[in-house]
Amino acid sequence: MIIGLVEHEQGKLNERTAEMLTLGRKLAAQMGAPLAAVVMGGAAPEIAERLAAFGVSTVYAVKHERLGSYAPEAWARCVEQIMAAAKPAAVMAAGSERGNEAMAYLGALTGLPMAANCTEVQPGESFLVTRQCWGGTLWEEARIHGSVKLLTVAPLAVAAEEAPAPAALSVSEFAPTLTDKDLRVRVVDRIETASGRVTLAEARVVVSGGRGAGSAEGFGPLEELAGLLGAAVGCSRAVTSAGWRPHADQIGQTGTRISPEIYIACGVSGATQHIVGCKGSKHILAINTDPEAPIMNAADYAIVGDMHVVVPALCAEIRKRRGVSD
Amino acid sequence: MMNVLVCIKRVPATGSRITLTPDEQEIDARYLNFTFSPHEECAVEEAVRLIEAHGGTSVVLTLGPDAATDILVDAMTLGMERAVLLETESGDWDPGATAAAIVEAVRAQQAAGTAFDLILMGNEAADTGDYQVGIRVAHVLGLPCVTGVKELKIDNGNAVARREVKGGWEVFEAPLPAVVTVKEGINLPRYPSLRGRLTAKKKPIERMKPQRAHGGLEKVRFKVPPEQTSVAEVLGKGAEAAPLAVDLLQRLGVL
Repeated sequence: MIIGLVEHEQGKLNERTAEMLTLGRKLAAQMGAPLAAVVMGGAAPEIAERLAAFGVSTVYAVKHERLGSYAPEAWARCVEQIMAAAKPAAVMAAGSERGNEAMAYLGALTGLPMAANCTEVQPGESFLVTRQCWGGTLWEEARIHGSVKLLTVAPLAVAAEEAPAPAALSVSEFAPTLTDKDLRVRVVDRIETASGRVTLAEARVVVSGGRGAGSAEGFGPLEELAGLLGAAVGCSRAVTSAGWRPHADQIGQTGTRISPEIYIACGVSGATQHIVGCKGSKHILAINTDPEAPIMNAADYAIVGDMHVVVPALCAEIRKRRGVSD
Repeated sequence: MMNVLVCIKRVPATGSRITLTPDEQEIDARYLNFTFSPHEECAVEEAVRLIEAHGGTSVVLTLGPDAATDILVDAMTLGMERAVLLETESGDWDPGATAAAIVEAVRAQQAAGTAFDLILMGNEAADTGDYQVGIRVAHVLGLPCVTGVKELKIDNGNAVARREVKGGWEVFEAPLPAVVTVKEGINLPRYPSLRGRLTAKKKPIERMKPQRAHGGLEKVRFKVPPEQTSVAEVLGKGAEAAPLAVDLLQRLGVL
């Protein structure tokens, strides 16, 4: 048996979980093993149906009065107890924040190794995996040893694909035994950030500035262009390190990963740290004085020139076409 | 008063292209400098600020070769008081082995009189991205662990930590002693000062040679992903390119 740890929000299967289950189903088929899923807080019927569509034949619906809020160690403890009964060959989760965290706890609780952010898996006595390092700019081939193989699946590395035919599904409730210690680290509060603005992660258009912006004030024209396009404004790590913009605006390996229709990168050199964060963009337009800058290798379109000249010209052109005078 | 340990990792400062050694076991670092990751820079800054606010001792630790003393000195330049090097002979240790060595060092520090109230790490190493050393260390030491933290307050012996999630923040609480792994953005690290540089050289570095435990995750080799370099279509130079660029925006339907 292969077990997948499921994440869902308000009755909707998480996209990253769907990717993980797709890889899990292929692995299970290779091993001639069934695919099972662990769902925290009980499985809503609509989740169960989606899981069957992805080839899951057994659902462990975990029910416990104290699992109302996310508690990573408790999640791992539940999976550990299911493992003891079901004896799976492997346990998988999405390489999401929660997935990596819960699987790391499971590794710690069981003393088993855990491989994070895998993109390919070959079963065997040990599993041979390919996993993402350096934010995905380097791959590592590694062997996972141990009696049960623990791994997470890198986000967006596997296309989510339903099974040719849905699996016949059996749902069984599982009541874990949890101690205070398992629940001592849990979400005690949730704070919503009220914001009318489009977020970087979800924007259809992102305009960003790098070191070439020169100063905090240098973002003025970028804000203006973003305003005209309904875009979010981002920046490179050089900019947040200089204190010109808040870290929340940073696009990159240690910032936000974006996936807009078009990303307009102005005065951004294109260090690996940055490219990792913007490579999910459908199109990239780079505006840079240096035609040899690394960003040019990632870009589909380029304007060679000073962003302080080009960006105002773009704003003027957009206004002109909309029939608004400057 | 509190004692804070920060664990950091020496990694090559890769530019825009990664090349490997012929045996595919390491990044070819002949022409690269070494550094520690942005998350860990923030962990160091957070520790320095906590000690400035509460008093106590700050210790920075790394597991790596002798050359890793450089990043320990860098961290002490930023205000960490002393350092521990867990010296290894060769190669990367997997997360299980790394965690076991850190646990051993924490226990040795405690036996020698420094019990840590807080152990800070980066959320994940910049290179291997294993996402687990903090949790494994916390588990063996019997401590609570909060990961991915972008705001940390120490209040009455409690760590109150916030983690950014879609549309807001999740708040966690853990009694000290605790392990907290942080993300860049929790603070804006200071620049090294001249005085920091001068005093760092006099700060002590303690050395230990840990036994390598069997972690069970075995690196076979690194692979450079097939390069997806596109040749950018140059729309033009300077302001005269604006009409073509706006045509493009129109074509993509974002205007």
